[in-house]
Amino acid sequence: MAGIATLLGRAVTSPLVLIARVLDPVLRLWQRRTGTGGMIALFLLPNMAVFGVFVIIPLILNFAYSLTGGAEILLGDRRYVGPEQYGRLLDCRNYLEPLSCREDQFWTAVRNTTIFVTFQVSLMVTVSMITALILNRNIAGRGFFRAVFFFPVLLSPVVVGLIWRWILQRDGLLNLIVTTFGGNPVVWLNDRFYAFAAAVGVSTWAHMGFFTLILLAGLQAIPKDLYEAAEMDATPPARVFWRITLPLLGPNLAVVLVLALIKGVQIFDEAYVLTGGGPGTATMFMTQYIYEVGFASILRNPGLAAAASILMGAVLVVLTLVQLGLSKRAERARER
Amino acid sequence: MKKIWMCASVLALVAGSAAAQQTQVRVMWYSDGVEGEVIADLLSRFEAANPDIDVVLDNVAYQVIQEQLPVQLASGTGPDIARVTNLKAQAEHWLDLRPYVANAAYWDTNFGDRFDWMRPDGSDAIPGFMTQLTLVGGFANATLFEQAGVELPGRGATWDEWIEASRQVMVSQGLPAAFAIDRSGHRISGPNASFGANYIGEDGLPAPVDEGTMAFASRLVDWTAQGLMLPDTWVSAAGTTYRAAADDFANAQIPFYYSGSWQVANLSTKIGDAFDWVAIGSPCGTAGCSGLAGGAALVAVRYTQHPEAVARVMDYLASEPVVREFTERTLFLPAHAGIVAAGGLNFQSADPNVPPALSRFVEASGETLPAADALPAWRWANTYYGALVTRISQVMAGEITLEQARELIDRDIADQVAAAR
Repeated sequence: MAGIATLLGRAVTSPLVLIARVLDPVLRLWQRRTGTGGMIALFLLPNMAVFGVFVIIPLILNFAYSLTGGAEILLGDRRYVGPEQYGRLLDCRNYLEPLSCREDQFWTAVRNTTIFVTFQVSLMVTVSMITALILNRNIAGRGFFRAVFFFPVLLSPVVVGLIWRWILQRDGLLNLIVTTFGGNPVVWLNDRFYAFAAAVGVSTWAHMGFFTLILLAGLQAIPKDLYEAAEMDATPPARVFWRITLPLLGPNLAVVLVLALIKGVQIFDEAYVLTGGGPGTATMFMTQYIYEVGFASILRNPGLAAAASILMGAVLVVLTLVQLGLSKRAERARER
Repeated sequence: MKKIWMCASVLALVAGSAAAQQTQVRVMWYSDGVEGEVIADLLSRFEAANPDIDVVLDNVAYQVIQEQLPVQLASGTGPDIARVTNLKAQAEHWLDLRPYVANAAYWDTNFGDRFDWMRPDGSDAIPGFMTQLTLVGGFANATLFEQAGVELPGRGATWDEWIEASRQVMVSQGLPAAFAIDRSGHRISGPNASFGANYIGEDGLPAPVDEGTMAFASRLVDWTAQGLMLPDTWVSAAGTTYRAAADDFANAQIPFYYSGSWQVANLSTKIGDAFDWVAIGSPCGTAGCSGLAGGAALVAVRYTQHPEAVARVMDYLASEPVVREFTERTLFLPAHAGIVAAGGLNFQSADPNVPPALSRFVEASGETLPAADALPAWRWANTYYGALVTRISQVMAGEITLEQARELIDRDIADQVAAAR
């Protein structure tokens, strides 16, 4: 058996060894000429090439699209219009009243996204925190519940949207329960308030497992002796939470907050499948606006969609910088 | 053993060379009902008779035709043949089959009436043929009307009369709504024409929204506000998203459904013998009782590397016996003038609701108004439809007023026209 394993091992490694032997003199020569920096660059090159092809070049192309107008699809066929598309997006008498804007649907999407992020992130952080605190206790079936809360994270967002659509639609599960108890069925997804609340709730349900996991890791990293000392001093549980748990969980909480913010701004798939942006435009968010204007709508305008995505990208860059700053601060705090 | 090896090698070589000689023709196809299976069967017969051509049928979702095909065409790629509904706006990408087909006169005679729907203005190209004609029109659940003791409105009944009768059925039978119309600007354009709407300006460009359009749009909004129109289709989506209410009709949730002839096979399959249903044509407005003609076409794509092979496939699919069989098996209305003139189609359905429904649609096709007839060949039709559905939905959802919608529809259309010029 060991002989077979050795044979298989050699079969796998020998081509690699051969390649390494062939490349060895070339790599040595490269290192002599360029030093360690050159070697680092060489090994980073494949990753950077992939990153460049799939991220940097599309980003540049997207920016180029945002400076063009016309109905043509290919960049080369489109005419240069400068910052006209940005001007069109930002042309507004009152940003709080989308109908006073040249692109009213864009500002409706911005407003919806802002409200969504405010509610969803608050709910997400609160629910994740409570769940993490419960799962951190020595409760029965802890492993099972950890898996249960994490399970929705593994589902495709489209599946999440469909499941909840089946629950909330006219003949859905929720209305079956309502009518069983003598109530009148409600078309949840046709009501502006319920549809928006559903988008917030479903998105929270789908992603909270991930954030709970981050907070749980943070909770488990808090030294136990602090809690023991508090217990010896007969400190009330609320005071323990506010004075020990929350401050020591701060760095994790900051990461969760910013990541939830970024994910909230990017909301699309589950909400799109769930509500289709309706009723009216009540749940049309930024990403859906970009998708509709760029690809799906009969009234498509790739240049406008590209400009909107650049503006949204700018918001995400700011949020990412905040996250990086907070992470660095957390790292420094840990080092201290 | 040596002989076996030799035979195997010879066979492999023969098979390899035959494969190498085959010309591959890719067909991008979407289905509403059973037509995907029918076309696959028809094409397999073509391949058996033409071993030098390998036809690959790519069955895709309608969304792929709408969203991905335009990108492929713009980049000069795509399939060799495609089944599309956006005929006129993409006309520049279709191949002129005239130099390649065996008998151009046959094509002109039998399909010529609709070539303008799919070729640039002023062209004499043969880009393809309509796989079916469609006509927008309504369906009524006869069983629900009967159970409610409400008489089905007769020919010439107005939209108001139909909605009132459906309201009575809704109340009597405890239904969630009286009627539904598919969420599509195309679907309401026949009724708009019935109220005197005209989308096309004197210069051929989109005309501002007129009183005819406003007359039907205001009715739709009122009916939605009164809970008569099923809100699930129009209100609960944004933008130009398409939504059909066929399942609601098939589940007997609404007594009256306004969609089109392409639903006949779908409804027959889904409803079975659960209830009786009838096609009713289009209710009347102040100017007429118009539906809107349309349909899907099979077109050759000009970027094909094998126009001769493509033309052979198209010649076969457009031939009278094949079109006849396709029509009879799919329950579509034929666009082949010879078949229409000869009549005697033997639609393959055991459902007794199907033949009268198809006959009613054929009759209703003679009731369309000129303003509606002009739309399939008009370049800006889809732009108009998109703006209508986007903004009227917002009115129904209470976000804007009908007058605001009117301004916004005109602005949306003007933006699209400006972008294209």
